[in-house]
Amino acid sequence: MTTRTPWRPTALLAGLVLLTAACGGTTKSDVAKQQSSAPAASSAPADPNAPLKQGLKIAFLPKQVNNPYFTIADDGGAAAAKEFGGEAKEVGPSEASASSQVSYINTLIQQKQDAIVISANDPNAVVPALTRARAAGIKVVSYDSDTAPAGRHVFVNQASAEDLGRTEVQLLAEQIGHKGKIAVLSATPNATNQNTWIDFMKDELKKPEYKEMELVKVAYGNDEDQKSFTETQGLLRSYPDLAGIISPTTVGIAAAARYLSDSPYKGKVKLTGLGTPNQLKKFVKDGTIEAFELWNPADLGYLASYAAAALASGQISGAEGEKFKAGKLGEYTVGAKGEVLLGKPTVFNKENIDKFDF
Amino acid sequence: MRLDLARRWEGLILVLLAGVVVWASLGVDGFANGSNISFLLLDTTEIALMALTMTLVIIAAEIDLSVASTLGLSCAVLGRLWNAGLPIEAIMPICLLVGAACGAFNGLLVTRLGLPSLAVTIGTFALFRGLAYVILGDQAVADLPPAYTGLATASFGPVPVATVLVAVLAAVAAVVLHATGPGRSIFALGSNEEAAFFAGVRVKRIKLWLFVASGVMASLASLVYTFRYASARADNGVGLELAVVAAVLLGGVSIFGGRGTLPGVLMAVLLLGVVRNALILADVANEVLNFVTGLLLVASVLAPNVGAVWRRRTSPQVEGKSAT
Repeated sequence: MTTRTPWRPTALLAGLVLLTAACGGTTKSDVAKQQSSAPAASSAPADPNAPLKQGLKIAFLPKQVNNPYFTIADDGGAAAAKEFGGEAKEVGPSEASASSQVSYINTLIQQKQDAIVISANDPNAVVPALTRARAAGIKVVSYDSDTAPAGRHVFVNQASAEDLGRTEVQLLAEQIGHKGKIAVLSATPNATNQNTWIDFMKDELKKPEYKEMELVKVAYGNDEDQKSFTETQGLLRSYPDLAGIISPTTVGIAAAARYLSDSPYKGKVKLTGLGTPNQLKKFVKDGTIEAFELWNPADLGYLASYAAAALASGQISGAEGEKFKAGKLGEYTVGAKGEVLLGKPTVFNKENIDKFDF
Repeated sequence: MRLDLARRWEGLILVLLAGVVVWASLGVDGFANGSNISFLLLDTTEIALMALTMTLVIIAAEIDLSVASTLGLSCAVLGRLWNAGLPIEAIMPICLLVGAACGAFNGLLVTRLGLPSLAVTIGTFALFRGLAYVILGDQAVADLPPAYTGLATASFGPVPVATVLVAVLAAVAAVVLHATGPGRSIFALGSNEEAAFFAGVRVKRIKLWLFVASGVMASLASLVYTFRYASARADNGVGLELAVVAAVLLGGVSIFGGRGTLPGVLMAVLLLGVVRNALILADVANEVLNFVTGLLLVASVLAPNVGAVWRRRTSPQVEGKSAT
């Protein structure tokens, strides 16, 4: 019985030979060159007057199933499909991992769906599979989280940075009567989304109607509950006459609300920003928060469903400037890079918050 | 006796596999066509690759739960080096070396310090994945060369190139396990390590190489994974280790070591892949899918044991602790 193990290097070698194939050195810059010289794909012209087809099969592929946010969005999509006489279904993995969506895309191709509406866990990993889907004549709409542009025809964007930034200032200004010191409780100092929104907030504040409002500080809670809590505490210690706080992050607004609700500032210092209804329901009811905002996921799914139907019926092709109707939401125009913008965020307050569960 | 039982179990898996394939071909729309078979085979590639070496490791009465984390670490290294401008042909061997190093680390802890592999590889499961995040962070590297991403999804008719790779390596592993001296040593040390040691089997050395092989195979799987999805990320392949162990056990390999065959494991990988594919095509909800997979696994662990107990009761003198 020999104790040498010559089989292992053999296996290793076999793998190496098969994988390296016959090829020279390929580096990142080579690939960049190839891609920049690749011609842009052209698509068939769209007919804006084409009627929506009946019986379209639309599959929603969220980041994960049994996630309340996506359940509401996909129910919105199903409601839209019912209106235009199509069938919508939701399929997907139970864990939001990067590549688990790919095998679902492949089966949707086999099922010959008319359209796939996807929120990508990994914007790149799904592209090869979506390219096969598109080659098989399936229309692809991304919603909530975009794929790389090569993977889809249209991206239904839930909210633009500009709208989010400006409306949060408007919302707070109404609550504090357009005057007083305000502060922002953000995520991390280099969070791309938040910084873009804050730039738009500052721009909005330059308008004459806000001349009596002053942004005194941008604090960073790093999207950690405890840090956001102590930062709120610090803000009020430094500026006891603060009129309001904007927290454009769901972690920040919840922590700030928790601090305010147990402090003498409750109801006096106004708090608004981006949050989810379930997280903030009790603070809206106890008067800590008057109103906050977020996009409505049901509308997002509804619009994505109509966009998918418009693509599958040939009304639009995903090119800039094309228009389509989305039922109760009205008419939409495809913007640059195939983006369709849902519109202004939804404001949640005492009156409507019980209608939302996510 | 033991070989007999293993054969019977394999036969059962084969019948089950054939049954599911026939049912899916007749009853599930879109199952029986070339492109679906191709997707199905491609989807099982990484699990099959890692199951090959996992089979040997488990037959040797050890386990390697760090394979999916090794895969993730190897992906992260690939992404980082690619971003640094290295040619992909130089990166791939480096990834395999990273895998070998991960395996050697596991193997040395198990053989030199005598630690149980379950504990060691649960530790390195977290360690390697953590390291992957340190190396690549949460970014994704996606601008990989189309020649390789194309190759990873290409196929000869319905048979993907990656499946050919699996088949070649499976043949090598099967020959080693079932027809060579080292293979017999693996079985021997899995059934009774002490006896094997006294019979002259170099127990530690073999175990060390098994872990190294497992690491290399995980990094090979990482190359297939990265090119197939055109995305190198630190979280690539999260959770795959359980799918691998599940397939190996379903394939009739004893979790206590010393028993099992590679053909059985390969059929089990295929069975799990077919069941999953057919149920997704039939629009069965994900929860039911997990339930069915779980049921198959429990059955696979339960059935041989129930069978053994039943036979012992009916004919108590037949089953004994007979050595091989």
